[in-house]
Amino acid sequence: MIAYLITIAILVCIAALVGLALNLQWGQAGLVNFGVVGFVAIGAYATALLAPQIGWFPAMLVAGALSAILSAGLALLSIRLEENYLAIVTIGFGEVVRLVILNEGWLTNGALGIPDIPRPFAALGQTIGGDTVFIVFALALVAIVFVLLEAMARSPFGRVLRAIRDDATVTSALGKNVFALRVRAFAVGGAVMGIAGALQAFYLTYIDPGQFTPIVTAYAFMAVIAGGRGSNVGLLIGACSIMALLEGTRFLKDFVTVIDGVQLSAVRLGMIGAGIVLLLILRPQGLAPEPKRRAADMLPQENRSV
Amino acid sequence: MTAGSLLEVRDVAKRFGGLAALDGCSLALEAGQVTGLIGPNGAGKSTLLNVMTGLVRADQGSVLFEGRDVTAVSAHRFPTLGMARTFQIVRELGSLTVFENLLLAPRLQTGEGVVASIFSRRKWWAQESGNAQKAKVLLERVGLFQLADHPSGGLSGGQKKLLDLARALLLEPKLILLDEPGAGVAPPLKLEMIRLIRELKAEGVSFGLVEHDMHFVGELCDHVHVMAEGKRLVSGTFDEVSKDRRVVEAYLGVAA
Repeated sequence: MIAYLITIAILVCIAALVGLALNLQWGQAGLVNFGVVGFVAIGAYATALLAPQIGWFPAMLVAGALSAILSAGLALLSIRLEENYLAIVTIGFGEVVRLVILNEGWLTNGALGIPDIPRPFAALGQTIGGDTVFIVFALALVAIVFVLLEAMARSPFGRVLRAIRDDATVTSALGKNVFALRVRAFAVGGAVMGIAGALQAFYLTYIDPGQFTPIVTAYAFMAVIAGGRGSNVGLLIGACSIMALLEGTRFLKDFVTVIDGVQLSAVRLGMIGAGIVLLLILRPQGLAPEPKRRAADMLPQENRSV
Repeated sequence: MTAGSLLEVRDVAKRFGGLAALDGCSLALEAGQVTGLIGPNGAGKSTLLNVMTGLVRADQGSVLFEGRDVTAVSAHRFPTLGMARTFQIVRELGSLTVFENLLLAPRLQTGEGVVASIFSRRKWWAQESGNAQKAKVLLERVGLFQLADHPSGGLSGGQKKLLDLARALLLEPKLILLDEPGAGVAPPLKLEMIRLIRELKAEGVSFGLVEHDMHFVGELCDHVHVMAEGKRLVSGTFDEVSKDRRVVEAYLGVAA
């Protein structure tokens, strides 16, 4: 049971990283990205191919950098597009990545996937227990990314992204280079998605194209919507609750005997969908609000009583 | 149309499909003055304002700010040159608080860089504190400081216009172009707006003003350009142009 819970926790960590990245791109900067899974896959494959050669840490960095560069490139090409068109381009990108991975067997081993990806701290894992070491590693990674992205969200950078989301024309008239800022937000998000892919590759030690289906993108959107657009704290809560619901309802089959397991798994997904709809109706701002800077935080003490 | 004009547009034309929004329009805004742009609906006033601030690229003609050709300059570079604008339909950044709206505006913010937002925290925090002081002074001046931490989406129409103006002021511009600052503003706030623009003019800020409220124009403008069908029709003081037969005809729709 403990092993099962650790597995769930690690999956939550991966989902949280993907969600944090999407929360920057879509939650804060308002840029729809339906190709999330493509960037995760690129990170995972870069890690899988490079980690045996250059070690896990450099491989993870390359995974993040590669994903960031491709994000920036896609953004440069398409970010002038309005919301709906950007959505279509990113969907297309996700599909292209999937097809390239599936068909370029010389590089990716096609549908067979890549086995034997080395884990970080493998030697330590053998003495204490692999998953215990790995959960600490995964949690630390999420913590670092969270702290960095949260600092960014609370900085002028985060503020100008939210301004662009609200009204790009006004933000531009205020002297902000909207185009450059959007490309940066997209690239940073891409880097985090690449790192999430690396974490997935490390954990499973085997990756194949079947792991990178559009449902990964859908879960990330669910987590952002449930948590509240723009709030990183909300995102963590959202990612945990979506995963808890998905996994927790697995045990329903022990209690519900009228329908079989296959039907039940469809019902579980349906329940999440219904939950999101209910949440949007009852609490459209999500579980946690966006961070706001209060005037009093910025002004010296003597002015606070005004 | 002297050499010393602060902002000058020369023979600007802009077509949207078959519609000529601007059709060879030339006019100038003088430094230290409030210049009004009036004219019937569809005369091209808002398009001209968009061309002046780089939001719309003119098909022909040029725009000169302080003698420098700014026709092809991107919209986001205008504040650096010393020009700010407000919008006709107030487009506040609704999910930001009133105070955040103001803090967003200042130029050259270190904390807007990806790396600097995390690693140069001390530097941008010092800038923020300085900007916060200025923002507080401005908010007190327009009477919005008690609403500083409210989401700006919840303000009234008039308050949003004041916020828009205060935000433009944080750019420390030489020229502010106002697109219908009086539209949808309650009468007491309108007086407040007139008082504020007069004060700012006395402090050396120049204004361009697109407005339909003739009381507003008469109270504020030193000089008025009347536009019709994408061209400048008449220029002069408010009293002069309001007596001009062609202006009356343009408003009433009689062919001039």
